[in-house]
Amino acid sequence: MPVGATGISTQQVEEDKLVVSIGPQHPGAGHFRFTITVEGDMIVDVLPDPGYVHRGAEKQTEYRNYTQSIPLLERSSLTDVTNIIGPYSLAAEELMGIEIPPRAQYLRMIMSENQRIISHLYWLGIQAIFLGHSTMFMWPLGDRDLLIDLGEMIGGARITYSYWIPGGVRNDIPGNFKERALKTYDYFEKRLVDYERIFFENPLFLKRTQGVGVLKREEAIRFGVVGPVLRASDVKSDTRLDEPYCLYKDVNFEVPVYKECDTWARCMVHLFEMRQSIRIIRQILEKIPSGSVRVKLSPQQRTRPGEAYARVEASRGAMAFHIISDGGTKPYRTKISVPSFRNLIVLKKLLIGSHVADMPAIYWSLDYWPVEADR
Amino acid sequence: MVAQQVETKKPGTAREGPGLSILVGKMKEVIQWAIADPMTYLANWGRLYSLWPVHLETACCSIEFGAVSGSRYDCERFGILEAFGSLRQCDLIVVHGTVTRKMAPRLRWIYDQMPEPKWVIAMGACSITGGVYFDSYNVLPGVDQVVPVDVYVPGCPPRPEELIDAFVMLQDKIRKSNIR
Amino acid sequence: MSATQPKMELPREEKALVAALSSLGEKVKLAFAKPNRIKIFAERNDVVEVSRFIRDNLHFDHCANVTGTDFPKDKQIEITYHFGSIDGEGLRRIILSLACKVPSADARLPSLINEFPSVELHERETAEMLGVVFDGHPNLKRLLLPEDWNDIPPMLKAYRLPGRLEGE
Repeated sequence: MPVGATGISTQQVEEDKLVVSIGPQHPGAGHFRFTITVEGDMIVDVLPDPGYVHRGAEKQTEYRNYTQSIPLLERSSLTDVTNIIGPYSLAAEELMGIEIPPRAQYLRMIMSENQRIISHLYWLGIQAIFLGHSTMFMWPLGDRDLLIDLGEMIGGARITYSYWIPGGVRNDIPGNFKERALKTYDYFEKRLVDYERIFFENPLFLKRTQGVGVLKREEAIRFGVVGPVLRASDVKSDTRLDEPYCLYKDVNFEVPVYKECDTWARCMVHLFEMRQSIRIIRQILEKIPSGSVRVKLSPQQRTRPGEAYARVEASRGAMAFHIISDGGTKPYRTKISVPSFRNLIVLKKLLIGSHVADMPAIYWSLDYWPVEADR
Repeated sequence: MVAQQVETKKPGTAREGPGLSILVGKMKEVIQWAIADPMTYLANWGRLYSLWPVHLETACCSIEFGAVSGSRYDCERFGILEAFGSLRQCDLIVVHGTVTRKMAPRLRWIYDQMPEPKWVIAMGACSITGGVYFDSYNVLPGVDQVVPVDVYVPGCPPRPEELIDAFVMLQDKIRKSNIR
Repeated sequence: MSATQPKMELPREEKALVAALSSLGEKVKLAFAKPNRIKIFAERNDVVEVSRFIRDNLHFDHCANVTGTDFPKDKQIEITYHFGSIDGEGLRRIILSLACKVPSADARLPSLINEFPSVELHERETAEMLGVVFDGHPNLKRLLLPEDWNDIPPMLKAYRLPGRLEGE
């Protein structure tokens, strides 16, 4: 980084160009920093500078056995804890050669979809406050706690349940879960209508998002973006459809696709997906079979030597684990392919040529979560 | 020179008698009682119900801080509202979890730029000892190596109630502190 | 092209991919082919050519992940690219891994940034984590590690975590 790398001030590089450092202490960026070069009101260059939350979880897994790594890896994406352990468990199970009972598969799906709504609500709150809509910050963060309560009812902890583990799930759901979950989701669906009325149909929201930050279909594919960003760019791709894991083949759901390719589309994908997640959970609660929820593993479970690459659709996109094992009780090498890191590459693409005022809307529409990206 | 002065003022050798020193001593108490105590109380009262935390998210505990700012836990009713403006207006840093080696100098810069008086809450196990990242190559084993900490909140991540409890403890501390 | 014996019958798309890859002859070695996952090895001089073939003829249009593994016993570092496809017919479920082994003493590899622009940040990360140099990459600067990092790359096996004893 030639300019603004060490300093925290604004610099004038040419007669009409300014370099502005944004973050890590910034109203928006959080644990992330980028340096933008502005010419008047237009952004002409962007230098992302991640790594403020790089904690070396991949290296640490080499010193822990498969069970000990679960809570460690969970912290890498605290808004999306179930879905980051998902591919890890799938990869570990492939190496251990374990089959998971169907009830555990369904319970995994319940928790995964619940987690998707929780993560999307957090995104919605921050996106709204970036656009200056404080009500939409307060409402989702309040309603999010209801869904966290559901997760807490199953998993025991508030947000770090370590629920989806290699071998199944940690425990069964309590008896009154179905009743309470249905009640919560009924309420929440009514709230989604309110959200639409107050925020998604708000002229302010439409003005600030429509036609802003357009990512064309070809570019989205070429840059390898995932998740809501990809689906907003007119690609009907979802790991739950492309490579069904758990028992997603048995449930009906739709995958949103928008042809607009702009920030508005990326926001609407999130809203659509929350409804679909509720739909999936409703179906599962109707048809979930009884049975065991877990295959008993030894604390020092050995794996076969080899490698496994497993992926699931996390709330931000395809989350994948590549685990190489040498046959021991610990992974030889773990590599986490996180959606946030994959989507970071288009930040530069989208911001160049846009106004400074559009920057918060574009930045957070990517749902870039630096903790997850840096691992 | 100084040592001699001290020796001449020993109680046995003093020539001026006890009256003046008693009066001066009482005056100090009177001033303390009449002016300094109310002023301290007033200043602390003003400070403790308007704490402005810096918007510095160091790691994943920040989503619990988001929950605390949200409508269910609502820390604004305790006089704490996250400041989205300049950090020159802030007087509190809540260190949200892990501080990496890359973030540590930034944290110190931000602390140095804030005007006095300022307080620090270390939130989460990572900011106290390193937490699950105790053996990581890039994580500080405790944020108190970088900035002085007033209140520690254990938990990974701490529940919102615990964070609110920490805010109340900090307010207690401010209430009992002397102004300088 | 060395043939491996898959345990179960491969689906049609995987079979077609393996057949197409075998047309490259000695340039690629098949490591394994199982449903949804195919892994091939290539020499580092052929990596660019093989990746072009993967992009143009096999319709894998993006790179999902780049990873590197240190094998100190063999004195080698294995760099693996994971390719995915969006527009390929029936290929969305398949991850094609292209691996290349480079000696630890001379860890250099041509960058695939011209073939797959999505590798930009992944290659930067791999470069700093394993000390591999990607020739032709325009900006191989430090990405995640702190500016004052003054040690060997952390993902090498020779790097021991502080506070962990040998064999722990």
